[in-house]
Amino acid sequence: MRAAATGVAAVWRACWRALRALSGDDAYDRYRMHHLAAHPQQPPLSRKAFYVDEQRRKWGTINRCC
Amino acid sequence: MLKGIVGVILAIIGAFAIGGIALHRNEPINALWLVTAGVCVYVIGYRFYAAWITARVLTVDATRATPAERLNDGRDFVPTHRWIVFGHHFAAIAGPGPLVGPTLAAQFGYLPGTLWILFGSVLGGCVQDMTILFMSTRRDGRSLGQMARDELGPFGGFAALGGTLMIMIILIAVLALVVVNAMKGSPWATFSVFATIPIALAIGLYVRNVRPGRVLEASIIGMVLLLLGVAGGGWIDQSAPLRGLFDYTGPQLAAFVIAYGWLAAIIPVWLLLAPRGYLSTFLKLGVIALLAISIIVIHPELKMPALTRFTAGNGPIFAGKVFPFVFITIACGAVSGFHALISSGTTPKLIGSEADVRLVGYGSMALESFVAIMAVIAATLLDPGVYFAINTGAGVVGADAHTAVATISSWGFPVTAEQMQQLAHRMGERTLFARTGGAPSLAVGMASIFSSTFGNTLLAAWYHFALMFEAVFILTTIDAGTRVGRFMLQDFLGHFWKPLGRTSWYPSVLLTSALIVAGWGYFLYVGVIDPNGGINILWPLFGIANQMLAAIALSVATGILIKSGKLKYAWVTGGPLAWLAIVTTVAAWQKIMSPDPALGFFAGAADLAGKLASGVLPAARAAVAPKLIFNQQLDGWLTILFTVIVWLVIADMLRVALRAARGLPTLASSEAPHVARLPVVGGSGS
Repeated sequence: MRAAATGVAAVWRACWRALRALSGDDAYDRYRMHHLAAHPQQPPLSRKAFYVDEQRRKWGTINRCC
Repeated sequence: MLKGIVGVILAIIGAFAIGGIALHRNEPINALWLVTAGVCVYVIGYRFYAAWITARVLTVDATRATPAERLNDGRDFVPTHRWIVFGHHFAAIAGPGPLVGPTLAAQFGYLPGTLWILFGSVLGGCVQDMTILFMSTRRDGRSLGQMARDELGPFGGFAALGGTLMIMIILIAVLALVVVNAMKGSPWATFSVFATIPIALAIGLYVRNVRPGRVLEASIIGMVLLLLGVAGGGWIDQSAPLRGLFDYTGPQLAAFVIAYGWLAAIIPVWLLLAPRGYLSTFLKLGVIALLAISIIVIHPELKMPALTRFTAGNGPIFAGKVFPFVFITIACGAVSGFHALISSGTTPKLIGSEADVRLVGYGSMALESFVAIMAVIAATLLDPGVYFAINTGAGVVGADAHTAVATISSWGFPVTAEQMQQLAHRMGERTLFARTGGAPSLAVGMASIFSSTFGNTLLAAWYHFALMFEAVFILTTIDAGTRVGRFMLQDFLGHFWKPLGRTSWYPSVLLTSALIVAGWGYFLYVGVIDPNGGINILWPLFGIANQMLAAIALSVATGILIKSGKLKYAWVTGGPLAWLAIVTTVAAWQKIMSPDPALGFFAGAADLAGKLASGVLPAARAAVAPKLIFNQQLDGWLTILFTVIVWLVIADMLRVALRAARGLPTLASSEAPHVARLPVVGGSGS
């Protein structure tokens, strides 16, 4: 019973992670992790600055089709 | 061994389903046949053909570090799980194209479109997407234009860039026309589409200022608001004083969309485009899943015959015989050149292992092709008479209901004015006659499917939900396309005067955005005033342009294969290239040379000019005739231009290929050198 419950919880967490990755909801978390590993001495962008900059980058090129 | 047995079983089921589809005559066929044939063909194509291509032709090397791993910057280049890349890539390539094209091509019956969607995708479109994705991944995620320039020469690069800009303008115009025709004279549809704009703005502000970057919760709030917008439209439609506020003619709506397109291109992305992108992706994936489930649950019978009399030409929705025009009309869903722009540039920077290109490149396109099959089902489950009544322009069948139903019934597709009136009433519309563009008929089909699955109520709400759904991602394409077109134009004009090339200099932004909007706005306006609905002229032009881009992409791929010593496998991309070159050229030839005024652009212009001169046109049509005459001539010249560009690129590729085959020097391969993958993925950013 308890094993089944943990199984369901694990599946739910996996789905949630996939949904966040697919929608881009986790972009800032991933950026922070990367930033911490790659440039620990520099201050990271704030959540808001990162979001605005990220949108500009994403929509500055062809990323939607017919 | 087991894989082989499964393959053989699938091949037998698939062959049986395709045979069933092809041989069923004079009796309705069930939609499940199409679904079964599709699934079998895609699985076989994916497991065998795509696997063979990746192993033998592309020689995918899973031990080689991808640009995402080598250049990982945590933002642009990020090694990503293959199913997440698959989702991103599919969301990017699947737009309104695979829904509209098959709907229009259903005038030939369900068979030609279905066969082309199935075989065109597994042998052509999926191969193109995967090959370009692979080649761009090997080249640090370079764009198609850059690869053409690096591998073939400056001409190929210039053609790819110019072709992209032209197709973008025509694409936006035709999609804008679809959305205008869907809103025309329908306060409910107009309100629910208009409502998406303040909703997107509100979500844009929320996700930037209130809860920065919380995309998921913002999207869910936005979805709820969009649904409320559809419901609100129904309420407005019931209220006599309010409905007048949202009741517009075609030219009024076109002016609105043009102004909207310009504003959307000059305001910051986070305010409108980005939130609209999130909402449209959510809607798109949700509706596609819902549609797939519903089709399987209700497995409707298709009422359209396998082949109609219009395969011989003279179709009311667009002119021309089934060959070559089914291959032009259905571009997205079978082979779409535009995908090559997504497969190079954006997606390769996320690929975590070369082994993923099969799932991402080939698999996403197979899924898009399946969306096109669902559009075929939604169009052909309608009574053929109803389908033609919705999709045929008033200029073809007559403006009043009784003439229209008499004409359509005389083609052998019985329909009555009462039936159309009743249907319009059930869908919450004043009329469904001559609602060209494919969106309304698709929405009727989808509403029928959804309402039979979820209970036979709310038909009108489902109908307007489907229209809003199409409009949301058409508007996303309009916004995004105008913006990218503006960047391309600025890049180009910057060569002549530096400040024009600065993307942050506001006067340049205003000017170049206006130029791009004027480009597509012109075609949109002429389409709106055309009594034949405009789609019959604009859609073939779009199809030819899109296939032209595919021919350029496949030329680049074939050239690269031959240069890298794989001449014996060049047919993998060379075969689809030859087919597209033939189809596009024959179609272009007919659009240019045909003496039939419905088919040939120049013949159409001459015919209308003759009628205008002899004074037989009614005053209203005579007033717009000079514009239509000029437009047909312009379209004729554009078709000539597209064809010339395609053949010059093919000739350029053959020149390079011949040199390579004879051992003469060619441009060096731009492939990045081999770097072995690190045992641990991610981590170091240098």
